[in-house]
Amino acid sequence: MSFLKFHAKLERTSIILLLLIIVTVLVGGIIEIIPLFRMETVIEPVKGVRPYTPLELAGYNIYIREGCYNCHSQQIRPLRDEVVRYGHYSLAAESMYDRPFQWGSKRTGPDLARVGGKYSDGWQVAHLINPRAVVPESIMPTYSFLAKSGVKTDDLSNHLKTQQFMGVPYSDEMVESAEQDAIAQATGEERTDISGLQARYGDKVKARDFDGNPMLVSEMDALVSYLQVLGTMVDFSEATKVEETAP
Amino acid sequence: MSSLTTTPVDDAPKYNFDIVKYFTIATVFWGIVGFTAGIFIALQLAFPWLNVEPYLNFGRLRPVHTSAVIFAFGGNALFATSYYIVQRTCRVRLWNDKLAWFTFWGYNAFIVMAALGYVLGQTQGKEYAEPEWYADLWLTVVWVAYLLVYLVTIIKRKEPHLYVANWFYLAFIITVAVLHLGNNIQIPVDLTSGKSYELFSGVQSAMIQWWYGHNAVGFFLTAGFLGMMYYFIPKRADRPVYSYRLSILHFWSLIFIYIWAGPHHLHYTSLPDWTQTLGMTFSIILWMPSWGGMINGVMTLSGAWNKFLVDPVLRFMIIAVAFYGMSTFEGPLMSIRAVNSLSHYTDWTVGHVHSGALGWVGFITFGSLYYLVPQLWGRKELYSLKLVNYHLYLATVGIVLYISAMWVSGIMQGMMWKSYDSMGFLQYSFVESVMEMHPFYVIRALGGVLYLSGALIMVYNFYRTIKGDVNETEFSEDGVPREHMYLKGAAA
Repeated sequence: MSFLKFHAKLERTSIILLLLIIVTVLVGGIIEIIPLFRMETVIEPVKGVRPYTPLELAGYNIYIREGCYNCHSQQIRPLRDEVVRYGHYSLAAESMYDRPFQWGSKRTGPDLARVGGKYSDGWQVAHLINPRAVVPESIMPTYSFLAKSGVKTDDLSNHLKTQQFMGVPYSDEMVESAEQDAIAQATGEERTDISGLQARYGDKVKARDFDGNPMLVSEMDALVSYLQVLGTMVDFSEATKVEETAP
Repeated sequence: MSSLTTTPVDDAPKYNFDIVKYFTIATVFWGIVGFTAGIFIALQLAFPWLNVEPYLNFGRLRPVHTSAVIFAFGGNALFATSYYIVQRTCRVRLWNDKLAWFTFWGYNAFIVMAALGYVLGQTQGKEYAEPEWYADLWLTVVWVAYLLVYLVTIIKRKEPHLYVANWFYLAFIITVAVLHLGNNIQIPVDLTSGKSYELFSGVQSAMIQWWYGHNAVGFFLTAGFLGMMYYFIPKRADRPVYSYRLSILHFWSLIFIYIWAGPHHLHYTSLPDWTQTLGMTFSIILWMPSWGGMINGVMTLSGAWNKFLVDPVLRFMIIAVAFYGMSTFEGPLMSIRAVNSLSHYTDWTVGHVHSGALGWVGFITFGSLYYLVPQLWGRKELYSLKLVNYHLYLATVGIVLYISAMWVSGIMQGMMWKSYDSMGFLQYSFVESVMEMHPFYVIRALGGVLYLSGALIMVYNFYRTIKGDVNETEFSEDGVPREHMYLKGAAA
């Protein structure tokens, strides 16, 4: 059999075998991944999605550090029960500033894609300190240390700068004022001037003392600010109208 | 450690078996660590007070478990067996002792570096690719050394033909390199910080992650371990591989098709539909090469099936291939969108992974090590084959408990989330589904305890084997097995 002879030859020349393996395994990846970089078809632009504020970004990083994605997804599928339980299905644009994505793969706890605004700050803080204080049946670990540890703000400029380099639309001004914006957002307008923060990130930015402790800009402040913005950037009143008129 | 440096059997001086010994011991060590970590986090889900914030919370320990079993236990097993098989089948000493030893210390340093990072909060947050940029760079250096050692050994071989097991190891090494580089394109915030951001975001980040994630299964946990199947089953059964032609077909179709399957992890998400459909289609096609490989492994016993009955070591390997067949049928099933809408995000996925990990990866490794340890340390046979049998039974019952608990809890979860009452409202709150999981989480942990107990028996058996002990109730003084039926066949 000539095929077997050909293969016998192939096996004997290790470098050719190696190269052929590389070519074989590259095909699938190239076909599935490269077209995804044509942003205009993959991610439909949506009004309202903006990069995270420095404080929210610090919260996102705590979310990753603590491995929240191991038990919580951030991706609502267009299935009846999920839309009823969690809200409008997730849009590609809503995770376009997540590096890496946080869609998750397991729901040991509920989906968090639209948890923003569902609970009060007080509930979130109490729940993170001891989940069983507010949900007795919960199996989530406690995160009380977040309320006691200060969030690192002095390197947030570096974080924004790194993302700016990757193409995230952070302006130079945003990079420079990252630390002061983070502190302002965790302090709130009653006790500080948040006009700079709002000028840079929009009027919808939620600035308040998330953890209720004015003495410290804590990791709890950062994480709760992140949780409270999840899924709230897009205004779905427009989108819903379109869906209702669809045949 | 003195017993580690004794020279082993037959044509030994030519070969570098010392390094295989070290990797073998590391495999066993990390196996125990990984299984123990798994039991602990399983118990945390059943009894949340076991979480000790911040360092020992579930979220930080789960990657410790997955990395310990996949990369530490599995990785060291792959190094050990690949270094053994490549020398034996090429009839040449492993190229460059120094570089080979660097792969041992370098790889295990990577494991420690990664695990410490998770506990202290350094993680990229991508499943099975959690190590941060500094550990990724270090692994890249180690992996290039591994490829060099392996490839140059092959090139310098004295055997004209390159045995099939080596194709699989070669594909595993090079593809894992490609996947590792592709999925870890990160930019550190600054060089003194462990933190980095991924160059890609959202949809692209998700697709690249699961291109990597699914092929970590395909190439790390499948291709490499198929190399073990292709060498150790024929060796232990003393039979040639069933079909050379099937091997060729198995090899090329498996490595070509596996790569496409990643998007089935992203059904119904914001990933474009065409990508999901491609992923689903290729996942179903993948069933065929997987079963082709299974048939090739199992049919190697044709004409020698009595050995399955009498040799517990061979039984380990054949049951491993049976689990491989089961998992690679269940996988394509779960990749169908309609099935996935129920199974995704539930414990069913966890059960599926563990039937593959405990049943296939674990059992083929145990079987291979049971063959390898007496060979490496120059013993006629293991200290006790009866203990191998106990290990096999404990581990099998453990897996059955584990996966059936996860089937029940996973499907129940999926059904509860989708139940409506007569008014059309959702019938259950989320936390009600959490409460229902409790008994199954306890059963799952119990399954893990059985699996670990079996592994501890293996450790004892290895300890006595390496010491040079022979169980007198099983073997006579000159190593001939006594009358027990299953022992007679085993040593033949």
